[in-house]
Amino acid sequence: MGAKHFGARVKRLEDPALLAGRGRFVDDIKLPGALHACFVRSPYAHARLQSIDIKAAMVLPGVHAVIATDDLPEPMRSQPMPMLLPNPSIAAACTQHVLARGEVSYVGQPVAVVIADTRYIAEDAAAAVVVHYDVLNAVSDCRDAIAAGAPRVHADLDSNVLSTFRLAYGDIDAAFAGAAYVFEEEIWQHRGGGMAIETRAVLASHDAASDVLTVWSGTQTPHIGRRMMADLLGRELESIRVIAPDVGGGFGPKAIFYPEEAVIPAAALKLGRPVKWIEDRREHFLCATQERDQYWDVAIAVDADAKILGVRGRLVHDSGAFAPWGVILPYIAAATVPGPYVVWAYQLDTTVVLTNKVPTTPVRGAGRPQAVFAMERLSDRVAAELQLDRAEMRRRNFIQPEQMPYEVGLIFRDGKPLVYDSGDYPKGQETALAQAEYQSFRERQRAALDQGRFIGIGLGNYVEGTGLGPFEGVTVRVLPSGKVAVATGATNQGQGTRTTLSQIVAEQVGCRIEDIVMTIGDTGAIAQGVGAFASRQAVNAGCSALIAGQTVRTQLIALAARALGVNESDIDLEDGQAVSGAGNKPSIGFGELARLAQGIPGVSLPAGQAAGLEHTAYYAPSQAAYCSGTHVVEVEVDAMTGGVKVLRYTVAHDSGRVINPLIVDGQVQGGVAHGIGNALLEWMQYDDNAQPLTTSFADYLLPMATDVPTCNISHVETVNPLNPLGVKGAGEGGTIPAAAAIIGAIEDALSPFGVHFAETPLTPERIVAALRAAGAYERLFVA
Amino acid sequence: MSKQPTRVTVNGKAHARIVESRLTLADFLRHELGLTGTHLGCEHGVCGACTVLVDGRTTRSCLMFAVQANGSEVTTVEGLAPDGELSVLQQAFIDNHGLQCGFCTPGMLITLTELLRDTPEPSEQEVREALTGNLCRCTGYAGIVAAALDAAQRLRNGSGG
Repeated sequence: MGAKHFGARVKRLEDPALLAGRGRFVDDIKLPGALHACFVRSPYAHARLQSIDIKAAMVLPGVHAVIATDDLPEPMRSQPMPMLLPNPSIAAACTQHVLARGEVSYVGQPVAVVIADTRYIAEDAAAAVVVHYDVLNAVSDCRDAIAAGAPRVHADLDSNVLSTFRLAYGDIDAAFAGAAYVFEEEIWQHRGGGMAIETRAVLASHDAASDVLTVWSGTQTPHIGRRMMADLLGRELESIRVIAPDVGGGFGPKAIFYPEEAVIPAAALKLGRPVKWIEDRREHFLCATQERDQYWDVAIAVDADAKILGVRGRLVHDSGAFAPWGVILPYIAAATVPGPYVVWAYQLDTTVVLTNKVPTTPVRGAGRPQAVFAMERLSDRVAAELQLDRAEMRRRNFIQPEQMPYEVGLIFRDGKPLVYDSGDYPKGQETALAQAEYQSFRERQRAALDQGRFIGIGLGNYVEGTGLGPFEGVTVRVLPSGKVAVATGATNQGQGTRTTLSQIVAEQVGCRIEDIVMTIGDTGAIAQGVGAFASRQAVNAGCSALIAGQTVRTQLIALAARALGVNESDIDLEDGQAVSGAGNKPSIGFGELARLAQGIPGVSLPAGQAAGLEHTAYYAPSQAAYCSGTHVVEVEVDAMTGGVKVLRYTVAHDSGRVINPLIVDGQVQGGVAHGIGNALLEWMQYDDNAQPLTTSFADYLLPMATDVPTCNISHVETVNPLNPLGVKGAGEGGTIPAAAAIIGAIEDALSPFGVHFAETPLTPERIVAALRAAGAYERLFVA
Repeated sequence: MSKQPTRVTVNGKAHARIVESRLTLADFLRHELGLTGTHLGCEHGVCGACTVLVDGRTTRSCLMFAVQANGSEVTTVEGLAPDGELSVLQQAFIDNHGLQCGFCTPGMLITLTELLRDTPEPSEQEVREALTGNLCRCTGYAGIVAAALDAAQRLRNGSGG
């Protein structure tokens, strides 16, 4: 076997082109004759569409068309978009029309699209389209939306409640009746966005000669997109090719299918010219899906030793105006609460509510940060009330490694019982505590306090269901050039998918990593595909790469043995050569073998030889792969300004066997940055009319280089026994417990004042308000 | 729309074009000259993905009109490795995992090129402060900061990479 790639810090194959400015993002693709689109969007959160007057727009030189719903082809004109994730708790699918029909239900909902020679002209013309609206009452806050007499999010709704469901196991009443202590928390997590630095983008071109519609989209899920386009455009799948070229970050919102991905292809078909649409940042704030936005009322029951007996409560989830991905966010949240702890009984009643805001769908973490926040805030509360160290409180409640596989008692969102496959949660926490010098923190805290500085420490544990199915595919094919072609339905928005899969294939096939020619995110390259979400690609595509690579290895060895007249056991594959260990060590290159594998025209293949050196594997995991981790964070709070500085951040992370530590560390570090944003900065603010107020990076703050320390990351590897690579996902664990740990640390820093926090984002204003209410400033000024 | 003749030297090559007055420098570079390495992330001057050097100073190309660059020398990411050989800083980005999706990267490289030119021995804090004008959503900045410090060291050592 060739160079050892699996587990090595292999430098990324993606980097050189991106560093030289030779990336190929959607807006970098220039097609002759391309036209440019700008959408006309609703300025109101809820309104009836009266009329659309396009006359002033159409007379502008360079304008080719203004397309509203009635100008669209069937079935997309009259049918709403398909819902991808049905759930029995949802009575009726709730998705939008690609262009509004009769009613708009959130600010930014697309109403019409202008197609012009340039984006500049398209924007002029969009401003000249006159839309008459009959403004209706809107509902902004999901708690208000449940109230009797609340305005309806859609005029034809009987109720704004989309779904209610209960996740439960054990005897919850007995758990609470027998408890030594019961503590309650009211928790609020506000919504933020994915905020990839590349906005969404679509370019569509129809080739009349082949009747193939090619769509380049900045998406995480090109194969799903192709299905949606086929449904909405009424075309066969085979006449649509969707390509996700270089994509500038995903983080979840690019996993769902958007109206623009149907409208732009429809415009290209209608006009017979390529059409390009590049979302601007304001549109991204208005129309790209968001997440968090949950209100929790939860209680924990513990015995006298702080052992958890039960957790119960209610969760209200804001779905926004539609539910393109059903109820998976609150479902995942509800299933994530017990986490790494033995919780004897559990019951959570969830209400999913529609509001006149842009829909919520997964953003890095996908419901889990909220659940972990709830559970960890409850744990901190127990520790505080019982005067126990926070780590000790958790230590007493961990599921032990010898209890693996551990059946929680719920059904996870993959449809399978929630069974943790593996993990060592106590070891994870101990590793993180040691790296963070947790033991000596109280001394550091006292010393800081003596100088008038408020520092605090917080921790958060989590278990995350990753690597969700249904499957992902990888094709491996040896080319006559001697290189190895790899195609996958997995996609790449920065995760290093190309590098990771190349490591696996190169090691199996026995070629140089630089001799792999990979096609990623192209429906033309592999028949089936799913895409990037739920930290799923290392598990799904990684295992497919392994299986396809192993199969092609077997084919190579068999063919080489026959060609060289030696035994298969004598053949070794290295650097694109099949080398015999026997005799005078004859060898044959992969290129020659690929030609041999094509056979001779008209001549039968030898018995047992397959056509070509090629295999496609679609690995389908039996259930989720449960990764876990512990975060420990030290913060300093400026009591006068409410400013928070993250001083030190430690992560112990178990994503199973690590394929490339360089990449996994990068995923964790990036995830932590997102979590810091959620905890301290990112607040997508709406007014009472559901009008978004934070629609620029000047209003909605992303973490900067001065906000995010370099994390100390440890890998605690417990091998996943359920898949052949032993891997678990790594893309979201950095984000999931971050807010819980940070808010806990802020509370700890301000413990002299006895303030309590149970919300994110925790902005300086909120901290100062809490300190003022606690009388902190009287004490500080007296001091 | 009014048009004006504009002469700009980009990455050492002189260009003379007649452009619309309202055409941004970023769109001029990307769509008139085909230099698509310069990216647009917000078009309101915060994210920094569009950062280029104009007469040696970092500039948001989304907030400047092409006609304002008349007579100027502009350096874009494509100009950092003109002969195909990556610069010391670019190589340090590979070695320190300084990029993930790569969309913010051109702006990061330009900002750090200016920093390392003006401050050959930056502290970590100086690197971080220099980067506050560039947003990255993928990396959490650790690899970028490490790459900048690594590149500074290599440049001081004259090892070139």
